[in-house]
Amino acid sequence: MTGPILEIRNLTVQLPKGADRKFAVENVSLTVNPGEIVCVVGESGSGKSVSSHAVMGLLPKGQLTVAGGEILLEGENVLKASANRLRDLRGTRMSMIFQEPMTALNPVVTCGEQIDEVLRIHTDLPATERKEKVIAVMESVRLPDPIKMYDAYPHQLSGGQRQRIMIAQALVLDPALLIADEPTTALDVTTQAQILKLVAEMQERRGTGVLFITHDFGVVAEIAHRVVVMQKGHVVETGTATEVLTNPQHPYTKMLINAVPTLTPPQREDRTGEVALETVKLCKVYGGGGFFQKKREVRAAADVEIRVRRGETLGIVGESGSGKSTVARCIARLIEPTSGGIVVGNMDIAKLPERQLRPHRKHCQIVFQDPYRSLNPRRSVGASIIEGPMNFGMSEADAVAKARDLMKLVGLSPDALDRYPHQFSGGQRQRICIARALAMEPEILIADEAVSALDVSVQAQVLDLLDDVRKKFDLAVLFITHDLRVAAQICDRIAVMQNGVVVEHGRTAEVFANPQHAYTRSLFEAAPGRNFQFARVA
Amino acid sequence: MISYILRRLAATVPVLFTVAVMVFLMLRLTPGDPAAIIAGDNATTQQILDIRTKLGLEEPILQQFFIWLGSILRGDLGESFFFRKTVFELISERIEPTLSLAFLTIVLAVVIAIPLGVLAAYRQGTWIDRVVMGFSVIGFSVPVFVIGYLLIYIFAIKLGWFPVQGYQRISGGVFPWFRSLVLPAFTLSVIYIALIARMTRTSVLEVLSEDYIRTARAKGQTEVKVLFQHALKNAAVPIVTVVGIGVALLIGGVVVTESVYSIPGLGRLTVDAVLARDFPVIQAIILAFSFVYVLINLIVDLSYTIFDPRIRY
Repeated sequence: MTGPILEIRNLTVQLPKGADRKFAVENVSLTVNPGEIVCVVGESGSGKSVSSHAVMGLLPKGQLTVAGGEILLEGENVLKASANRLRDLRGTRMSMIFQEPMTALNPVVTCGEQIDEVLRIHTDLPATERKEKVIAVMESVRLPDPIKMYDAYPHQLSGGQRQRIMIAQALVLDPALLIADEPTTALDVTTQAQILKLVAEMQERRGTGVLFITHDFGVVAEIAHRVVVMQKGHVVETGTATEVLTNPQHPYTKMLINAVPTLTPPQREDRTGEVALETVKLCKVYGGGGFFQKKREVRAAADVEIRVRRGETLGIVGESGSGKSTVARCIARLIEPTSGGIVVGNMDIAKLPERQLRPHRKHCQIVFQDPYRSLNPRRSVGASIIEGPMNFGMSEADAVAKARDLMKLVGLSPDALDRYPHQFSGGQRQRICIARALAMEPEILIADEAVSALDVSVQAQVLDLLDDVRKKFDLAVLFITHDLRVAAQICDRIAVMQNGVVVEHGRTAEVFANPQHAYTRSLFEAAPGRNFQFARVA
Repeated sequence: MISYILRRLAATVPVLFTVAVMVFLMLRLTPGDPAAIIAGDNATTQQILDIRTKLGLEEPILQQFFIWLGSILRGDLGESFFFRKTVFELISERIEPTLSLAFLTIVLAVVIAIPLGVLAAYRQGTWIDRVVMGFSVIGFSVPVFVIGYLLIYIFAIKLGWFPVQGYQRISGGVFPWFRSLVLPAFTLSVIYIALIARMTRTSVLEVLSEDYIRTARAKGQTEVKVLFQHALKNAAVPIVTVVGIGVALLIGGVVVTESVYSIPGLGRLTVDAVLARDFPVIQAIILAFSFVYVLINLIVDLSYTIFDPRIRY
């Protein structure tokens, strides 16, 4: 084939009235050639997903309408195609994989049937042949035991396996174009590395053109042939991966690349403050089973021993299921530890009954991962911030005055206290969550994946804020993250967890320079773009 | 799974026991003497006392209770004071019309309501949605007897398509049976159509914004199949719950409908038994109804596992 597989020419998509700007994307042009992986990079709101959904004809009806331009799939303008023609093209000539493998598969249909569905829609093959084809494609995406997995339901699979099912489903009819919308964002680093490898391999073997949407420059460095950088609905820069990553031209691209935290932690001096928090052989066992069922026990945390001093940031790093969040939740006593001690100040709070726990709750505050869901949408942010202090006897006037101060401290206007969470951006909401936590005057601040849901540029700002408040209030910070780059930037020491066990801990610089445990090394090896020297431009 | 069913069935025993105690006590503590009703207006005190002795009503209450409980455990529901038949006979005669009516009503409701609800969800905010939801408000608010008499007036009296009242046994042919039930079943189903359509709409709306619906569209699936194969099955659990509640309410509600439509079912039997202070019949019917309630709940819970493989017992 000679011509490009996908050509988007001057695509303009209109936003509904009352949005912050008129067009979701404006005059966007890009091309995907056969056998080429084109990465579209940008932060949330850049229009990268809108462009890809427009190709598939999946824009939400009535909200986003194409106002101009053409989208040529192998020369055919899909914007002009009838609904029926579009359905024919989907799954056969173009297909798509999505960000959340947890939710992108139908939970009540077996995995095999979901792949089979594509064949049932688009082919007349008899059942036995379809099944052979499904098993074959499941094998080709390296799913273990495809025959058994055919009958498995999505919830019985791991995130990586589900994403493989999605890929199998997308590729079963050998489409010319694969659109991958942040397909690895929700996955662990090691799984991400495998899926990236798989996408590259499938693309190479089948000659598929891939439009790969991502916000992560590490991923770009890993997989892209060409890069398209988008900002607020416009393409600001295009070029080959090496050109863009090593010699970015546009200021926005430069800013994005600079915001990627490096894997080299800065040297930090040891903190010598008093010990604020210490766990002694902390265990948490999730038990299942009742009278008749077999007892299923999961040791989510086993003999975890960590220590955090005031003024110090301890990172707990690990993949999903490693037990890092369990440890955080035990320490905040949001869940009951099964055994072991949690010493705060000089009191063991592991077994304190709820009533005596109240003072401890004040000392230990959490900032959660998803700022969209951790604020009550029906309460003004002011009400959310003053609730805690007022529970502990502060007068409303004092609490409001304090909330105003805190809003200033986290870089927001005090007058915004009357507004509701949906009126803020993700980064602003996370600042509000931090203000809410600080309103309690805690000694220990737990940040549970607190920056994972944020864009890189915003992430950098929130990390700075966390570091500022740590210094200002002499906080002991427990920083839970799956992201090694982030951990490198903010943590004084890190503890690496795997399957509920701390496999390695030490000063951040030392662990990064010379990881001792095999698991830690595999984490480093999986970090996307680790071998890439990103341009550091002022 | 089987052990779960057994445990749930075992759990009905204390429920039924509590019901039995309460029904028994309430009947004994409310005014009205079955012996006086049986004996008639001109009976002497001695005659009434004789009847009371014969019925065992002169024994201490506790003893009466244990005698009754003992016979129930042996499978004997006792004998009606009034109808001079065993309670078992009475109930088995009357159960067919009641079950027929309840069954037809719920089938009608499900068949009409679910497509309407799905359609309203799919066309959310359009006139179709508003018409469906408007009808469901009317369905909720118009009393059953108004709908009943309106339907009788139009379809039975004016058009003559269906009988005005009465019931044909299914043994006399399926068609006459069906014809005799259409109006009462439709009347009864209106409120359930409203309820189930609303629940279906809400539930499907929620599911339609899920990622896997987008995935199904990305595969090139047709809208009809996206709605009925992907969305509806995921939306099923709350819908099934409402249908289950509907069945339970229906069986409890037959008392009124069967009176209005002159259908000789359990509802009519209950009314007659209450008026005659026929203790054994009242007790047996209430016990049977409670057992059915518990059973329906169990069936609803079990049906969840069919719709959602993530639910396991």
